[in-house]
Parts: sequence; structure tokens; C-alpha cells
Amino acid sequence: MATTETMTLNMGPQHPSTHGVLRLVLELDGEVITKITPHIGYLHRGVEKLSEYRTYHQILPLTDRLDYLAPMSNNLGYILAVEKLMAVEVPERAETIRIIMAELTRLQSHLVWIACHALDIGAMTVFIYAFRERETIMEIYELISGARMTSNFFRVGGLSQDVPDEFVKKVSDFIDVMPGYLDQYEGLLTTNPIWLKRTIGNGVISAEDAIDFGITGPALRGSGVDLDLRRDNPYGGYEKYQFQVPVGENCDTFDRYKVRLVEMREACKIVRQGLERLKPGPVLADCPQVCYPPKESVYNSIEGLIHHFKIASEGFPAPEGEVYQGVEAPKGELGFYIVSDGGNKPERLRIRPPSFVNLQAIEKMSKGTMIADLVAVIGTLDIVLGEIDR
Amino acid sequence: MTASSVDIALFAAKVGLVFFVILTLAAYLVFAERRILAWVQDRKGPNRVGPFGLLQPLADLIKLLTKEDFLPSAADKWLFYLAPAMAAIPAIMIFAVIPFGAPLTVAGHAVPLVVADLNIGLLFFLALSSIAVYGVAIGGWASNSKYSLLGGIRGLAQLISYELSMGLSLVPIVMLARSFSLTEIVDAQRTIPFIIYQPLAFIIFLISITAECKRIPFDLPEAEGELVAGFHTEYSGMRFGLFFVGEYINIIVLGGLATTLFLGGWHGPLLPPVIWFTLKTLAFAFFFIWMRGTLPRLRYDQLMHLGWKVLTPLALMNILVTAWWLMLKNHM
Repeated sequence: MATTETMTLNMGPQHPSTHGVLRLVLELDGEVITKITPHIGYLHRGVEKLSEYRTYHQILPLTDRLDYLAPMSNNLGYILAVEKLMAVEVPERAETIRIIMAELTRLQSHLVWIACHALDIGAMTVFIYAFRERETIMEIYELISGARMTSNFFRVGGLSQDVPDEFVKKVSDFIDVMPGYLDQYEGLLTTNPIWLKRTIGNGVISAEDAIDFGITGPALRGSGVDLDLRRDNPYGGYEKYQFQVPVGENCDTFDRYKVRLVEMREACKIVRQGLERLKPGPVLADCPQVCYPPKESVYNSIEGLIHHFKIASEGFPAPEGEVYQGVEAPKGELGFYIVSDGGNKPERLRIRPPSFVNLQAIEKMSKGTMIADLVAVIGTLDIVLGEIDR
Repeated sequence: MTASSVDIALFAAKVGLVFFVILTLAAYLVFAERRILAWVQDRKGPNRVGPFGLLQPLADLIKLLTKEDFLPSAADKWLFYLAPAMAAIPAIMIFAVIPFGAPLTVAGHAVPLVVADLNIGLLFFLALSSIAVYGVAIGGWASNSKYSLLGGIRGLAQLISYELSMGLSLVPIVMLARSFSLTEIVDAQRTIPFIIYQPLAFIIFLISITAECKRIPFDLPEAEGELVAGFHTEYSGMRFGLFFVGEYINIIVLGGLATTLFLGGWHGPLLPPVIWFTLKTLAFAFFFIWMRGTLPRLRYDQLMHLGWKVLTPLALMNILVTAWWLMLKNHM
């Protein structure tokens, strides 16, 4: 009698749709997947260990490089954790700009998600359309921070500098046109029978399983669990904003797709509210022990220069203790847990990356399906390896 | 009948011209696809080489010819070398039976504008398109790479399934034209193109040739998001180029065939026949490019489902209906 055996296929770390350097070892029976073993660590840079040798301000650039598609969300999570530790009050204007940027970052991250997800399923045009809109957000990034991706814009106690005058107009113009572009993507995908065939019923994970795996973010909400830290555990001033939290029903790729699209529309509304709230004022807390001095005083007075030098070189000592701050990053709950022994560097910094936790469900979601479905599941989980490997 | 030297010279000129035009057209179809996709996708596309980027195909050719001709160490050498040719040559040979214009008279000699007016032209096409499948299957198998193998299997399964519905969708055409010769099929459409009588067959044929050309939404054998590059993952340089250009020759040839079978071939008012034929063929090419800009990709089993459970039964039903209709017409 003829026997058949399964084939082991090494998918990645160089593969067009493993979104970076994810490596999946697949056991294939024909094209049906019988086993998936994710191998991670190809992008490990030791961010958590590096943080133990840096002052609190010096850690910030490392966080840009976690989820490199959403740098300001990472900045926000880390900065809020440090501010919680230091008990610093942030001025209103800085808080508002932070939320505007966090929501633009959410839009940006979701744009890359829809682009890559659609490209993996074969819809090439959506990919290029979404990157076209992302370009505007990159320009806004560049306008305020000088960098397109590694923004490093927030500071403990506020922002590194105030935003330029054209910021409001540029953001406002973008928010005006963005819903139209979302309609365009939906026109290409939501009503497309092939897209529906590929996404409905794909990558199903029940609410219980999703909770058991610790999945957060749109992937959890797509499974019908109504949890959003921005609303349920507000941070950084989110309690002042009105927005809807979309929830899916069928726990499949299509519902997660719908959830993210609604989130993008809601993000536009939050940014609009933020722009309305934006009033002139200081962007850095008046807290000389922690915050950098204003640039005028650094350039024009010896006291200012010494102050700047002290903060930049030796940082500030943090009180002994532990803090945890979770934020609703585009991909899920991003948490920073800082243990301080009273020195100017953290004793331990632990990062809870949403992608890492969400990735665990990949075998549950795509075992028994075909390679094409696995590719759709990788897309719908919206993972970023910079954050998984840290 | 003895062929005079003038006849032979005219024939050679015709073959040479067709060969040249098809290859050039295929190269420029690649360019056109890149520009049209760019236009659809709100970007510029290749516009640097020569005026409007028109020399881009030449630059691509030079690039492909000067690249390393890589042979994977575990590959089956001869089959690996043979496969690209098996993909490209049948594609261009199919064009031999497609009439692309009204017969001309040159210096007292009648020149039919078709390379070989076979009385079984349609069967010749079906046979050759089946041979083209071997290029994909052998290329995928000989590379000795898992992605190539999966791509080859997909290609084989897909092309065999769609060959069936394609063949069946053409039976009503033969019944209407009462001939396998493409020239006679074109003549039968002098007044009304067959698309009017056979819209269903046309749709089935169109879907099947999309699968046959391995174009989105049926580009599974090379689905880059899943199988890297499918059956031609291990190919480089001009061998990859042969697969690539073979695909575009296929688009032109199958577009030409759809024109011949359903749109009345070179028949058309006002413009010269050759122009009509070219326009109709390019319209199909544009349609394929347009689809690529719009649609995502089907899954393997969904593709099989569509082929076996939808298109093939529909094609069979269409044959029956056509037969009844012809019988009723003859009895009345």
C-alpha cells in the first residue's frame, strides 16, 4: 500500500508575506497545513537589556524601533509609564498633541496593515493607495519631529518642542480627505466577492480562545470582546474624547477587517476633536528636576546650559517602585513595566508587545487550512517583528 | 500544386513578420502593463529609459540577458533548461492558426493573412495549450525546490481543470460555424459575431483563458504572497525571461483567439481588417491588466470549485442548449 508523508516547508525568514523576518516551519499535507511552528528572534536587539544601561530619556529612541510602523504609540506608552513613576503633570496642549499624534499613528499603522493584508491576498492596488495616504502622515511626522519614522518626539513631561504653525492645517486637511480614501478601499474590497470568499470564515478564533491566548486590540475586538484601553482604562487624556469601539461578531478575518476600518474612521474623529481642543500654551511641564529647560535658556544662560547638560548626561533619579502602563497601541495592548531602584536608570524594563502575544494564536487560527489562508491570517494578526523580537 | 518561389518568399516574409510583431508586442505589453497599472494606482511607472520610458523593454532585455543563468545544485539539469522553452514556444505557435486579416493580393499571388490555415485549427490550439502546461509542471518539478513544486502542482491542476471548461465552451462555436478551421469560423461571423449567440460561452471562455494565462485572480501557480514566485522561483536571467515573456505572448495569443472565436475576428466597419484585429486583441490585453489592478486572488480550492462545479457544468449545459436550438432551427 502506498503511504504518504507530510512535507516540511520552511516559510521565512525571507518570504514576501511573513511581514519582516518571521520564520514559520510548516508541516504540509499537500497544501493543507497540519502543524505550524513559529520561530522568532531574527530581529532581536535586546531592547529590554539595553534599557537597563540608559537613562530614562535615552531609552525613548529605543521605543521608536519596537513597532516601527507606530513609533509614537510606543513613545506614548513608555513616556506615560515614566510620568506615572515620576508623578509629572503634563500640560494640556502637550496632552492634546500626543493624542492627535497617537491617533494619526493608529491610522498609519492600520494603513500599512490594510496595504499588506490586501497585497498578500493579491489586491495590489489597495497596497499602493494605502501607502499614498500613509505618506501624508509621514510628512506630518517629519514636520513636527524631523524624522519620518523614528520620531522620538515626546519627552517626559510633554513634548520635545511645540508643533509648527502649519501643523493644524495639514492634519485637518488630511482628516478631511481620509474618510473618502477609506471608502475607496472599501469599494475595492468590502464588496468584492473574491475578497469576501477569502476572508469570511478564515482564521476563526472564538472569544474564549482569544482571551485565553491574551490577544488584544482589533484582533480581540474582531472576536466580539468589547475591550479598548482608551475607553476602559483611560490614559493620557482619552477620557475627554468621544469615540465608538467597533466589535465584530463572527471572529473571522473579515470581521477584524471591518473592525480596523471602523477604527480608522473613529481615529479621524478623535483627531478632529483633538484639533478643536488645541489651545496655545506650554508643551512641557514646569518640573525642572525631570524636564529639559527651554531652548532659549540653554542658548542664552549658563544656568540653562548646565541644567540641560545635567538632564542629558546623567538624567534624573526616579523614586523607588514599580509602575505598569498599558496603552491601546494600533496592534493591541502595549505595556511598559518599569522597576526602579531609585537610580537614574531602570532596574528592569519589561515590554509587553501586542504582536508577540497575538502571534501565539497563529497555529490555532490556521491549522488545517491552506497556505493561502495562513498568509491571510498573518495579515489579519497584523504583526510587526520589531516588536515581537524587541 | 507547386509553390512558386514568390509564394515561398511571401510565406517566409509573413512568418518573419508575425514572429517579430508578436515578440515586440509581448515586450511592449509588459511595458504597457506597468504603465497602465501605474496609471490605475496613481503613480508614474517606468518613464526614464527613452521618451516616455519607451525603451524600457530593451533595457529589461539587456538586464535579463546579462544576469547569471543560475542552476540550483539539486535541480534536474536538462528538464530545468527545457521547461522555459516549453512554456514559451507553444504559446507563440498557437498564433500560426489565427487569421489576423482579410486575404491580400500581392503581385498576383493571394496571401491569406494567417500563417497556417489548418482545417483543424481549433484542435491545434487546444493541443498546443495543453503542451504549454508541461513547461509549468516540469519547471516546478525540475527546480527541486518546495515552493516551485507547490507552484508546479497548482499550475498543473489549474490548467487541466480550466482546459476542460475552455474546450467545452468552444464546442458551440464549432457547432455554429460547422468547422474547426479558424478562417471559416471568422467567415461565419461576417455579419453577426458569435458573442451575440453565445454570451455564456464567451464568459466561460474568458474566465478560462484568464486561468490559462495565470493572471490575477487566477495567478496561483506564481502567487508571490504565498509561494514566493511559484514554479519559476529558482529561475533567473533569460530563462525566467522566457517564462515571463511566454505569459505575455499567451495573453496576446489568447486575446487574439477570443477575438477570432467570439468577436468576429478581423471583421469590422471602416478600419482595415488588421487594425480591427489588433484593436480587439489589445482590448482583451487591457482587460487582463485592468483585472490585475482590481481583483484579489482566489484560493486554490475555490479555484478548483469554480472550474469543476460551476464552469464545466455550465459549458456542458450550453452545448445541450445550442444543440437543441440548432435542431429546432433545422426542423422549422
